[in-house]
Amino acid sequence: MTTPVDLLGLFLHFLTLSLLSIGGAITTVPEMHRYLVDKTGWLSDTDFTSSIALAQAAPGPNILFVAVLGYNVAGLTGAAAAMAGIMLPSSVLTVTATRWARANREHIVLRAFSAGMMPLTLGLIIATGWLLALPFLRADEHRWSTLAMIAVTVLLTLKTRLGLVWMVLGGGVLGALGLV
Amino acid sequence: MNRPESLTELFLAFSRLALQGFGGVLAIAQRELVEHHHWMSKEEFVETLAIAQVLPGPNVVNLSMMIGDRFFGLRGAVVALAGMLVAPAIIVLALAAAFDQLARHPMAINALRGMGAVSAGLILATGIKLLPALKKSPLGRPLALGLALTAFVLIGLLRWPLVNVLALLGGSGMFLAWWRTRP
Repeated sequence: MTTPVDLLGLFLHFLTLSLLSIGGAITTVPEMHRYLVDKTGWLSDTDFTSSIALAQAAPGPNILFVAVLGYNVAGLTGAAAAMAGIMLPSSVLTVTATRWARANREHIVLRAFSAGMMPLTLGLIIATGWLLALPFLRADEHRWSTLAMIAVTVLLTLKTRLGLVWMVLGGGVLGALGLV
Repeated sequence: MNRPESLTELFLAFSRLALQGFGGVLAIAQRELVEHHHWMSKEEFVETLAIAQVLPGPNVVNLSMMIGDRFFGLRGAVVALAGMLVAPAIIVLALAAAFDQLARHPMAINALRGMGAVSAGLILATGIKLLPALKKSPLGRPLALGLALTAFVLIGLLRWPLVNVLALLGGSGMFLAWWRTRP
């Protein structure tokens, strides 16, 4: 089942997914799974899932799960090949599109675009928070303590200027002590 | 509004921002860029994020490149991108190398659960905090809030794919905005 690891193939796979990753690379996860686990056998199912979980728990943009996938396939060069592939096309497009948009800011179509997209963006942020909270609402264990923690985080963020990183670390400590 | 003085300041600001973001950087980006550095207003933040969202690629990384490009051109975009990725990549790869030992430790699993709950709360709070940006929407507040609520229901509750929601709600939002602002 397992084909030999091929760095160019890895790079090209992520390169083709880059422009499809509207809404973040997480939307192309099923396609990465098909390639890395089912087609080439470079990663086991467990390696694949734990790579994503690890990147989400670590600091930094979630896109770094691609680096972890690449790392688990072929070490540091694998991480570099996968990241370069996923980032290059979308970055070039972003800078080009942004410059075009800035030059044509007063165009009615662009004004309509940003005004029309704003509500959707906000709805999406709240939906993301909801989807992240959902597994805690569904779990039988720890349900009330995690819910309380989510509520306290919302209140602290809205009402105080406490550094957000302290809240995350505080959550980690309370969890490690078995309090949440 | 302020602006970064140098590429070094830009790099450090985005590194600082990225390293604080556990489970995603959106909440931190809002706090740092809007409330701490004052590099952009609440409205500009949502507007830029809206564009970052329809473009392929990670939203907040796109956002950082857009900001870098605005202040320093292409060099700024590259430096902002590097700021977002370099330091966190080193940490996450070190963790990946140590993962086998780490994952078996129940304390680590419990700590991750606590941190996960807090990051869910942070994103919810960011959404709530940014809602007032809709007040200035040319759509008018009730219509804008209605669209935001529909987006939440379609994505959060009904789990529609993002592309369909973008087409339906983005499309109707743009049409309504064009209709209301046409000369």
